[in-house]
Amino acid sequence: MILNEIAADQQIGFPILTVLTFLPLAGAVLIWLFQKDEDLIRKSAMAVAVLEFFVSVLLMWTFTPNSAQIQFAERTSWIPAIGVGYHLGVDGISVLFIPLTAFLTVLIMVYSWDTERVLLKPYLMSLLGLEGTMVGVFASLDLILFFVFWELMLLPSYFLIKLWGPGPQRQYAALKYVLYTLSGSVLMLVGMVLLNLNFHEAAVASRTEPLYSFDFLDLLTVPVPPKKQALIFFLMFFGFAFKAPIFPFHTWLPTALVEGPIVMSVVLAGVKLGTFGFIRFVIPLLPEASVRWLWLMAGLGLVGILYGAFIALVQSDLRRLLAYASICHLGFVLLGLFALNFQGLQGGLLQMINLGFTTSGLFFLTGFLVSRTGSADLSAYRGLARHLPLLATFMLFLGLAFIGLPGTNGFVSEFLILLGAFRAHWALAAVGVLGVILGAAYFLWYYERAFFGPAAPGPQKPLHDLYPREWGIAVALSVMVLWIGLYPAPFLDMINGSVQKLVERVEQGSVGKAVNHTRLPKAKRPVATGSNGYPDASPPLNVPAELLPMGQRP
Amino acid sequence: MFDLIVILIPLFPLLAVLANGLNVMLGHRYSHEIAHRLGWGSVLLSFLCVLWVFGQTLGHPEPRTVIAYRWFFGGDLAVNLGFLIDPLTCVMMLVVTGVGLLIHVYSVGYMHGEEGFTRFFAYMNLFMVSMLLLVMGNNYAVLFIGWEGVGLCSYLLIGYYYDRVSAAKAATKAFVVNRIGDAGFLIAIFLVFAHFGTLDYTEVFAKADKLDSTTAFAIAVCLLIGAVGKSAQLPLYTWLPDAMEGPTPVSALIHAATMVTAGVYMVVRNHAIYDLTPNALLLVGVIGGATALFAATIGLVQTDIKRVLAYSTVSQLGFMFLACGVGAYAAAIFHLVTHAFFKALLFLSAGSVIHALAGEQDIRKMGGLWNKVPATHWVFLIGTAAIAGFPFLSGWWSKDEILGDAFTHRRYVLWALGAAAAFCTAFYMSRLLYVTFYGQSRVDHEVAHHIHEPSWWMRGPLLVLAALSALGGLIGVIPGGLEHGAFHQFLGPVVSAAAAGASGHQGGLLLPFILMAVTTGIGLAGWFTAHYFYYVKPEQPDLLANRLKGAYALLWNKYWVDELYDRLAVEPSKGAGRLLDRMDTVVVDRAVVAVEQVTDLNAAGSTWFEKYVIYGVINVTGYANHIGARILRQLQTGLVHHYAAILVTGLAVLVNLIVLILWWRGAL
Repeated sequence: MILNEIAADQQIGFPILTVLTFLPLAGAVLIWLFQKDEDLIRKSAMAVAVLEFFVSVLLMWTFTPNSAQIQFAERTSWIPAIGVGYHLGVDGISVLFIPLTAFLTVLIMVYSWDTERVLLKPYLMSLLGLEGTMVGVFASLDLILFFVFWELMLLPSYFLIKLWGPGPQRQYAALKYVLYTLSGSVLMLVGMVLLNLNFHEAAVASRTEPLYSFDFLDLLTVPVPPKKQALIFFLMFFGFAFKAPIFPFHTWLPTALVEGPIVMSVVLAGVKLGTFGFIRFVIPLLPEASVRWLWLMAGLGLVGILYGAFIALVQSDLRRLLAYASICHLGFVLLGLFALNFQGLQGGLLQMINLGFTTSGLFFLTGFLVSRTGSADLSAYRGLARHLPLLATFMLFLGLAFIGLPGTNGFVSEFLILLGAFRAHWALAAVGVLGVILGAAYFLWYYERAFFGPAAPGPQKPLHDLYPREWGIAVALSVMVLWIGLYPAPFLDMINGSVQKLVERVEQGSVGKAVNHTRLPKAKRPVATGSNGYPDASPPLNVPAELLPMGQRP
Repeated sequence: MFDLIVILIPLFPLLAVLANGLNVMLGHRYSHEIAHRLGWGSVLLSFLCVLWVFGQTLGHPEPRTVIAYRWFFGGDLAVNLGFLIDPLTCVMMLVVTGVGLLIHVYSVGYMHGEEGFTRFFAYMNLFMVSMLLLVMGNNYAVLFIGWEGVGLCSYLLIGYYYDRVSAAKAATKAFVVNRIGDAGFLIAIFLVFAHFGTLDYTEVFAKADKLDSTTAFAIAVCLLIGAVGKSAQLPLYTWLPDAMEGPTPVSALIHAATMVTAGVYMVVRNHAIYDLTPNALLLVGVIGGATALFAATIGLVQTDIKRVLAYSTVSQLGFMFLACGVGAYAAAIFHLVTHAFFKALLFLSAGSVIHALAGEQDIRKMGGLWNKVPATHWVFLIGTAAIAGFPFLSGWWSKDEILGDAFTHRRYVLWALGAAAAFCTAFYMSRLLYVTFYGQSRVDHEVAHHIHEPSWWMRGPLLVLAALSALGGLIGVIPGGLEHGAFHQFLGPVVSAAAAGASGHQGGLLLPFILMAVTTGIGLAGWFTAHYFYYVKPEQPDLLANRLKGAYALLWNKYWVDELYDRLAVEPSKGAGRLLDRMDTVVVDRAVVAVEQVTDLNAAGSTWFEKYVIYGVINVTGYANHIGARILRQLQTGLVHHYAAILVTGLAVLVNLIVLILWWRGAL
């Protein structure tokens, strides 16, 4: 498969993705070097986050919808000897994640404005560092670059959980999180190297340059033999499954969410990095293996749905409940992605974005709740709707969006996922809808016990309903929930082109009807046709016309 | 023009929701006066729009589609937020906005002085929006928004008095049980899409006859699961009696007149699919007939005025399903309409009684109210007569038509079920009337002083509904006679295809009249039995209950169905949750051990690791050393190098691999 790209220079005139990736990191460094005053630190961190958000909106604004092309591409060689390059770019698959990350970071900054006082400077630096590395993960199109951001992300995450977590076992939680992710990513790295070597073999056979490449677009052009695919598939599977997390590799998640700070929960549960890895790299690079292991993956998704939902049903601690509910929803995402048809992929992708609003919204609200009651456990509160009507309203609204009520964003994606699953096999959807029922049960049962009924007896300090800042966070998220729920067209337009391309890729496979690399005319890979060192937007001339995307055939 | 007005119909209540909702959220910036005017005013406006659209449709019965915008799409799927206007939609819209308007007006009086007054109207309007989407949608997805939307409003309004544990529990139960049905409905939608490649009604029904019978059966049954959940039929009816925890206008609007009839609407809407599969149709009829009788028997012994009406609603919905089951779709919708009139009337007048008695709902503490609240008594009497099948009142026409259709379609068992249910209906409704309004007063002394007729906000809607309950059945008779009335002619184009021609009392010249006489006799017999038990010999019921202890206990405990479901579904689910939860903890524990081992190893190897790997890596990464070291130093956690060892492991592996590749490449 050949993906074309549009260079950032042509599209917007400056390397916007580099800016987005390094702006927060630069912000963190600047804060570290120059700021002393706490208030100033806070304000500058906020300024950086807001600026980043505006740039990310600009990215979305200038993004060409309904296109499968890689956009805003930037290429510079980095370690040419082994084919590592600095290659950034976004397409429909990844473009929405960057504004989402920036949006959540702004909300996190608002949330921490007056709640976090301990070690303020490193705290804000960690947050900005986390943002920058996450954006890097979403924008990277070189596997090694991706891996570097992927690993760097652990650093701020680790410290955030360890140093600012409220739980008594936060040290353990932080360690567990890091170890799980690391052990997965080591295997993933091996998989990446195997892909590189496979590319190398093909390049040698066809005598094309370059000989080595970790570049996503290069790797797409060579077929991977099925046996190798299976091996690489599982290596990469571990990397992403640990991170997602997918049942049965999920046990770090409840620990991290319960012990870690709310902001970390927002990020861990709201930004779906692991499943992003699947749709970004695993499915397009290893289409045959994905089809072959569809049953395993969709099965894991279903198990995750039921397993998470059943456990969530009996939780009394809201954070644990949300943790298992997240596992349930990741099951939905996985089910959708590995339905491997249009609706499934589209729904799975949209669900990742949607969960970024609903799950993180629920975690924010949990934070508001804990700051009032001192605990997220039902034993600490009852009948809250009387005292905290606004909090109760938002909790219900976001919760209903979380369980896929029509009119909210959760419905659109869940519907698409289940429709996709149904088209893959009816049984997948038949089991999947049980998650819909259980979702209502676990959320509403908890809600009934926590918010309805008479308020707890005995002396209680009066609880203050939402403060303006908290109100703002809840409203911002609710607006997004309704927007995507009622009028998702702009977002769907952005992702549909790439999803369509991905579906074609899965149908054609990397070996079968796809480009047989060795029979291609011996030629250099199309690079640097533009004068600026970036690849030109126009397709290279030496690619046969029938291989071009439909719209671009001469 | 047409398009705009159609879109305005759900838009008016939506705007009222936004206004009242924001008002609540921002701390009540305006008074209750404005809140309720927005509430019923918006419904009035959409009712006027509906009348206009109805006028337009009278001349042009062919369906018209109005697309608001593209909702979601991609690949071969395209779902619009669109509306379909045809006679069936018009009838439903008239019922929803018409009865809805009356109940909104009534609520102004009933909810006066309640704490959450504005919130109440916001929820009620949201319900109107959802219900309108449900009946107006031009495809299954829009139907589904309304479908779950009304479920949400039902949840919110059942839990309106959220301080009450029973209300909170009932709300959750209603939503979850409804979701079981919704899950079935979702599968039906997927089946439809998989076989037709679209979700639009017009395209689906145009191609429906090409469907093979197995698929048609599967779709029909999955749709039926949804309908059974929403319309409280066996086996998913248990939530509706509990739903009476909501304020009485809610029970009237949502749990009697409109929402619970959504299942009937959906079956009629999809009759093109049901007509293909006689087995599914039979299933609909059997469920309807069984539910009609089952719920009616429970209603015989209940003592909460609203619960009797709730079981009555379940039972009457059963009649509608029974009608669908014999292909008498027009009769089903006809009964839906008349039921909306008389059941709304009954609930509202019951509400008026409850209001007069300061919240008392137990009929054992009522009695002799007829001269204390005469207006309420008269409208309740009319409602009772209408539902019991007193000749020439609305319920008589529609119920008779259903039973007649069942008989002429040779579904004798269904007819017998319906007839028995009709007897029970007449009995428990008359019982309710006698115990509440006649005989000795058993009202508490305190309460008795304050008994009063309701305000005109409440009385007005009661009078209108009473008139409709009495005379509304005539739309099914005038001008063409039985089953050729204006109503059936109007609805004809939608449901005619298979049913209308074959339906009706065509078994002969005499048969319709015999059947009519029989059903009338059954109704009157039920009435007289109740008269005997509760008026002539008021001590008889207790004696009978004592003699038939077992049967009485069975009915009083509602056949123990709730307990059964608790045992079979609720408790096992929680048990499974606890089991898995424990298992998960065990897995965690194992992981802990594993993690500790890794950590120990790490600690043991950490000196070596530091010496050869970390510094190696750090030297390679150069500048990172500088930053990394300073951050770490600043944090001063005491075990910095230990964590750093772990964190850098990944990078170390990365670097090693790169070196490896370089070496390998050199070797090549």
